Amino acid sequence: MATKSIGQEYLKGLWDENPVFRQLLGMCPTLAVTGTVITGMAMALATTFVLIFSSLVVSSIKKLIPSQVRIATYIVVIASFVTIADQFLKAYFYSISEALGPYVPLIVVNCIILGRQEAFSSKNSVGRSLIDALGMSSGFVLALFVLSAIRELLGAGTFLGYQVMGPWFKPWIIMILPAGAFITLGVLLGIALLIESKTKRSQ
Amino acid sequence: MELAAIFISAVLVQNFVLYYFLGICPFLGVSKKIDSAFSMGLAVTFVMSITAVVSWLINNLILIPFGLDYLQIVSFILVIASLVQLVEMFIRKISPPLYQALGIYLPLITTNCAIMGLALIAALNEYSFVETVIFGFSSGIGFTLAIVLIAGIREQLDLADVPEPLKGAGIALIVAGIMALAFNGFIGMLT
Repeated sequence: MATKSIGQEYLKGLWDENPVFRQLLGMCPTLAVTGTVITGMAMALATTFVLIFSSLVVSSIKKLIPSQVRIATYIVVIASFVTIADQFLKAYFYSISEALGPYVPLIVVNCIILGRQEAFSSKNSVGRSLIDALGMSSGFVLALFVLSAIRELLGAGTFLGYQVMGPWFKPWIIMILPAGAFITLGVLLGIALLIESKTKRSQ
Repeated sequence: MELAAIFISAVLVQNFVLYYFLGICPFLGVSKKIDSAFSMGLAVTFVMSITAVVSWLINNLILIPFGLDYLQIVSFILVIASLVQLVEMFIRKISPPLYQALGIYLPLITTNCAIMGLALIAALNEYSFVETVIFGFSSGIGFTLAIVLIAGIREQLDLADVPEPLKGAGIALIVAGIMALAFNGFIGMLT
């Protein structure tokens, strides 16, 4: 692990170990809040905030945590930052907070965050953990952006609320429904694997 | 809301997996065989029923009277994590056959967002005590229904010729999407 350069450490989160497309982690928020780009991005940024600060805290106190209670400690750290994010959204972006509903508090059980603490921050320096958290959250932002852009474009003909499709376009209601989320993500996973196998073969 | 309406809504219309997208990890991970899917569903239903009761008590007897709502996230997750541990030890002591049946699935539930989601959604909807109990139990039934159905489909899928990149999670998600579409038809039952 330590042989990786800083750049590689960051980039692995974007593709090789992309949390959504490659590791299949954090599926619940990925599917639930990607009906529009705005909610998807709000969710991605809230998760980014929690992941970065949890990684910073965990990696700086890693020597103080007894290994028997480490999971519980991570959960308390994560839950504290989720509470901050939740209260912040409620105070300053009430409409977004309403739209996200129970999914902001549910960041606490997002396996990406707990997974990174256990797999990375508890073993690496503060600086590396920060880079890792940045990379992983960029990967998460990327995945949510692609998914929500496709769903909003086909489901409502809009992008970030602006009309982009002409009047000829009849919105595909299914893309807004839960069914559309499942099917789009399934197809995207297939495409990601296809790209991966193509690039492997060409090497 | 009427109790029957809560039951129908949680099982069919606002199904935890297919409507709220909660519990996707076990839904994809443990849905290759009907037997294990059913055990997982049973374990989730069991823990959900208990969680619903405990989280209601904490929320309405401690957090709200003392104005500590902002501690909801921290207290729920800690209580759920320890509760699952407790339930596991309890079952192992009281009923070894049941423990054998639920086995490895119990610890996995701690990280299942459906349990946390249940506590949060019940608190958000401000259900009464009885409503919360019904909601917890029927949400578990809904989860079991969804996971057993998809396990049945996936057993058949093994024999089908699925394109290489879609094998595994990809095709499972697409199947789940079609199931969600079918469940969408139940919306009419509640209006």
